[in-house]
Amino acid sequence: MSNATNPILKVEGLTVDFLSDDEPVRAVDDVSFHVGHGETLVILGESGSGKSVSTSTVMDLIDCPPGDIVAGSCLFDGVELSDLSAQARRSINGRRIAMIFQDPLAYLNPVYTVGRQIKEVYESHGAGSGKDARAKTIELLRRVGIPEPENRVDFYPHQFSGGQRQRVMVAMAIALKPDILIADEPTTALDVSVQAQILDLLRDLQRETGMALIMITHDLEVASSMADRIIVMNGGKVVETGIAKEVFSNPQHAYTRRLISALPPGNAAEAPNKRSTAIASETLLKVEHLTKHYVLASGAFSGKRTFKAVDDISFEVRRGETLGIVGESGSGKSSVARMLLGLNAPSSGKAVFAGENIFEMNEKRLMAFRRKVQMVFQDPYGSMNPRMRVYSIISEPWAIHRDILSKNRWKARVAELLELVGLLPEHADRYPHQFSGGQRQRIAIARALASEPELIVCDEAVSALDVSIQAQVIDLLADLRTRLSLSYIFITHDLPIVRHFADRIMVMKDGRIVEEGQTSALFGAPRHEYTQSLLQAVPKPKWLTHAQ
Amino acid sequence: MITYLGRRASHSILSVIGLLTLVFFLTRLTGDPSALYLPLDSTAEARAAFARLNGLDQPIHWQFLEYLRNLLHLDFGESLRQNRSAMQVALEAFPETLKLAAVAITLSTALAILVGSLAAARPGSMFDRVASLISLAGASAPDFWVAIVGILVFAVGLGLLPTSGTGSWAHWIMPSFVLMLRPFGLLVQVVRGTMLSALASPYIKTARAKGLPRHKIIFGHALRNSLLPVVTVAGDLATSLVNGAVVVESIFGWPGIGKLMIDSIIQRDFAVVQSTILVTATAIFILNIAIDLLYAVLDPRIRY
Repeated sequence: MSNATNPILKVEGLTVDFLSDDEPVRAVDDVSFHVGHGETLVILGESGSGKSVSTSTVMDLIDCPPGDIVAGSCLFDGVELSDLSAQARRSINGRRIAMIFQDPLAYLNPVYTVGRQIKEVYESHGAGSGKDARAKTIELLRRVGIPEPENRVDFYPHQFSGGQRQRVMVAMAIALKPDILIADEPTTALDVSVQAQILDLLRDLQRETGMALIMITHDLEVASSMADRIIVMNGGKVVETGIAKEVFSNPQHAYTRRLISALPPGNAAEAPNKRSTAIASETLLKVEHLTKHYVLASGAFSGKRTFKAVDDISFEVRRGETLGIVGESGSGKSSVARMLLGLNAPSSGKAVFAGENIFEMNEKRLMAFRRKVQMVFQDPYGSMNPRMRVYSIISEPWAIHRDILSKNRWKARVAELLELVGLLPEHADRYPHQFSGGQRQRIAIARALASEPELIVCDEAVSALDVSIQAQVIDLLADLRTRLSLSYIFITHDLPIVRHFADRIMVMKDGRIVEEGQTSALFGAPRHEYTQSLLQAVPKPKWLTHAQ
Repeated sequence: MITYLGRRASHSILSVIGLLTLVFFLTRLTGDPSALYLPLDSTAEARAAFARLNGLDQPIHWQFLEYLRNLLHLDFGESLRQNRSAMQVALEAFPETLKLAAVAITLSTALAILVGSLAAARPGSMFDRVASLISLAGASAPDFWVAIVGILVFAVGLGLLPTSGTGSWAHWIMPSFVLMLRPFGLLVQVVRGTMLSALASPYIKTARAKGLPRHKIIFGHALRNSLLPVVTVAGDLATSLVNGAVVVESIFGWPGIGKLMIDSIIQRDFAVVQSTILVTATAIFILNIAIDLLYAVLDPRIRY
């Protein structure tokens, strides 16, 4: 399969600097890779590893300045790309090398129909125009699995779902049957089941056209399911390269080993168990028949419709327990969290916390309740005031709930909390932007702990973090649970994350609970069809699927 | 869509009625017209007769009710100065303003889009810096000063252009140029800013990855997305021009509605003042609806 003797693209010694205010920052340092016809090369790396920069250079998408290609060569089909004129480079882009991106909503032009945007590819490369290009576009949309392409060709990007938008992007990229398709985190913004469909589509297209695929990802599971060969990047450098199976089964570099150890292994028994050891019999939170309906505005041709975001769900959380709520976007899992914190009012139902219904509390009781239940959000940066120092962020709950701590003890307690979450006391004087994503999430956890809660609701709390950081934050949460006898409601779209952390899991779909059970039972023998499909949607290593 | 238009129309009718009420009472605070229209030595009887003839002897609230009743019959009153229908006077002046405004706003917008786009395509270049300087000067130069200097240089000094009035195409040059300055200056800044952010957006990367030529990326993809804020500002500027460029029309003796308005206020020609307000308010209402509809045309995500 691999065509190492005659690669279609050969990048050697690529070094790219970005000019910032003070001094140039080396984004990519002496990076070499190659890819042959029909081969899939995965470039694996966490954010800031330079994985996107190296392929953007191939596409001539780096602006110079601020970018500066210091050294290296990109040999495409025997031609040195940097020797070509701008016009010659343009004629390669979209025709012989095409690219798809992470967030198709942002990467499609919002004011043009998808048909027009695909047609442009044909027109700008002289491969058809007018009716002919339109017919080809419709055919292409059909090929990538857009239903009713004759009509949908005239739709705008916002009228498609996330998965369909990525299909449109794929259609645009493969319009002229390129030799190479570069896919930059193509499924990161998508739900697992949709991700599986897009990855299947890419594999099928590759088989049909024999194109080379360069896939950039931070997701180890996606990487293992797609890669023939893999290069691992860290800090702008290639730290490991090789046949995918070998890299995954026998990683050489310390960084790769650390990354791969964060991957939940296929065999559950191998994993370190981070589940709770001390669950009390006492029920902390009991939710009964919780329901949230939204009345949608009536359109010109339809009457009022009701959207059931959360539809009659009941569950309980015991002291010291971690309940995982798993669901894809639109499943209602975040609506549950918002109602439990009193941020949204439910349509009906009740939630009893320590003997009292949350939804019937008066202002004063609600204040006291909010001390006991805290939330950690997905985007720690967005949930912190950028102009406040860490000290003020963490100590703010004490300014609201006066009785927790007298002011002269604040400083010592902030230092204590920072140490508890694995940061340093001197970090108190810094601002949120001076920390990495993982550190910011630690600050958010420290802030949640400040009011001495009994229950912490984590809404996709690790989803925005790199894999290796995810594992660290989960470890921290597990450790805090034991030390402070906390309970968690851990909301996520990612089943593997909760596998070794949650004691019980509740799977939600379309506002309802489709399955609930002890984690090991649920993973071992999922009863509901949807849970099964979710588990199957988790990408499997390519070498295993080939063996079957 | 229809409901949207209906709602906008009913809101606008209410605000126009409010505006007319305000104008009716405010103009009457400027004083008694008979003091201006009759000779200084005219008798008390003559003054009373003048007042009776024009309904000025009635109590003011009575005059107002009378005005409203006449409005319902589309009777907008008589001009004291010209002894004919006040509305006719206003409607004769309005096209002159409209023509000048249309020329000024169209030319300045078109020019600003071109200059702003090219400046944004190469930020920091010589062209960008010169464009920024000129637009800043244009946006901040007082129009009465530019108008007077223009007359001094081109009409009085060089004798190339007429000082004022209408007639030939040469009469258009100075008024439209002066009116264009501010819109041009502001719009260049707006276009440049929105184009810069549009050019940095992800879909431009897609366009480049598709291999589109540069001019299609700038004018096809980026500009199309930058037009919304441009329409907002240009619409706002157009509104102020339709309202009558009082200063410019007065300096260049342009027989537009701005000049008519200021003349009628000075002359206490109440019916004409009210009619000009009604005409411009209606025009602004139509203009605003047109701008809203233009939004929906430009951005498929906007639906009414």
